Amino acid sequence: MTPVLAAEPLVRWDWVRDHTDDITAQLWEHLGLTAAAVGIGFAISMALALAAVRWRWAYEPLAAACSVLYAIPSLALFGVLVTIPFFGLGFRTALVALVSYTLLILLRNIVAGLDGVPAAAREAADGMGYERWRRVLRVDLPLATPAIVAGLRIATVTTVGLVTVTALVGEGGFGSLINDGLSRNFPTPIVVGTVLSVALAIALDVLFVVIERLLTPWARARVPSTAGTRADDALVRARGRAAGRWSALVGGRP
Amino acid sequence: MSDSLRQMWEYLSSDAAWSGRNGLPALTWAHVRISAVAVLIAAALAIPSGVVLGHVRRGALLAVSVVNIGRAVPSFAILALLLPFSLRYGFGLGFWPTIVALVLLAVPPIFTNTYTGVRDAPPDAVEAARGMGMRAGELVRKVELPVAVPLIVTGLRVSAVQVVATATLGALVGYRNLGTPIVSGFTSPNKGPMLAGALVVALMAVATDGLFALAERALVPWRRPVRRADDATVVAEEAAPAAVR
Repeated sequence: MTPVLAAEPLVRWDWVRDHTDDITAQLWEHLGLTAAAVGIGFAISMALALAAVRWRWAYEPLAAACSVLYAIPSLALFGVLVTIPFFGLGFRTALVALVSYTLLILLRNIVAGLDGVPAAAREAADGMGYERWRRVLRVDLPLATPAIVAGLRIATVTTVGLVTVTALVGEGGFGSLINDGLSRNFPTPIVVGTVLSVALAIALDVLFVVIERLLTPWARARVPSTAGTRADDALVRARGRAAGRWSALVGGRP
Repeated sequence: MSDSLRQMWEYLSSDAAWSGRNGLPALTWAHVRISAVAVLIAAALAIPSGVVLGHVRRGALLAVSVVNIGRAVPSFAILALLLPFSLRYGFGLGFWPTIVALVLLAVPPIFTNTYTGVRDAPPDAVEAARGMGMRAGELVRKVELPVAVPLIVTGLRVSAVQVVATATLGALVGYRNLGTPIVSGFTSPNKGPMLAGALVVALMAVATDGLFALAERALVPWRRPVRRADDATVVAEEAAPAAVR
């Protein structure tokens, strides 16, 4: 690598103009990898979380296993996976790494959300004759939505960032731009890739906030005039508790 | 896979693996050194500022933003962005861009956890301390900081694990460490050094996580099974966020 010439600007706009097709293609690759990783990670974590809530003793070992996965550096995981023919350099290796990093975040948040469901709501549902799984589906999970969405937001933003690293195994969306700039010592693609990756993370984060509002209409109805009714109070309290746990998680394990 | 395992075995039984600046001991030491320095610098920056802001109970937005921004900006991107600047201003390849990226990565979890821990010191304990006539400095040293220790250690743990993991990326900007054999292994037919490097760095990350988990237990004895329900420290522990569980 040779030092950058002092005259080289951080962004060459003519390069950006000439490469809009390439940049758009990387956007779709970035989005596709993120969606696949968070989707698969969410399905696995939801199954693990439901098992952990049903069989309490399973939670600690599951969380420990997920935190070991979380601790393994992505580059180390790539290094091992590319030697296995089924994975190799490419999509599967990238996906396994990305999914494995979402598990801990999602598992913790889903379990925290389910734990935060007020006992009163649960007992009321039991009293109304809800069977166990129907209650989980109709009462527990909806009340846990804020914590679950909080987990999804963290997992998605983290994944968008990690996708850039998968450029090293030939995937990577905007990471490919960064990697290209790095290997040619050319700042423009690095800056473009970074800015777009951060913008994508923020856009998806905002998207989840909107989704959460749509999924929890009762939270929007939380205006002073409705605060008097008992049922509403219980829901507000449930949501507050879940939100409190969320902020704890944010502080704990970004 | 079996080919790669054989290559790793051959590599591990050769001299090249154990000596010289490309040997595993040298690479491991470089990895440990830069990680430790990065976490120490980050702690020196983040803990005092977190304590001050937590004590005056200001900067909640900053505490949340710093973590969110830290999460959204990929460390790979920071590393790549720093390289041109580092070259332009004469800091060169390798150590400097890597350490700056690692410090930037390590600050947010430590800062936010310190801030949250100090700010959320149980109000009754703080009031009692004030009632006993403690001044600000004493209050911080004797009440707020001890109560925040579990969260601070958690922050250090998160940062340390991420730093060990991300230091491997330093190989891309020319900092020779355990990432180096991994990066060159992607294109090399000999997968031995890559597999060995990957396993060592994975073990190192998991060991870092485990060591800090042990430190958390050692530093916070009241986390262990509680006997007396009316123990004041138990209340403090419940007031602290349930991050580690």
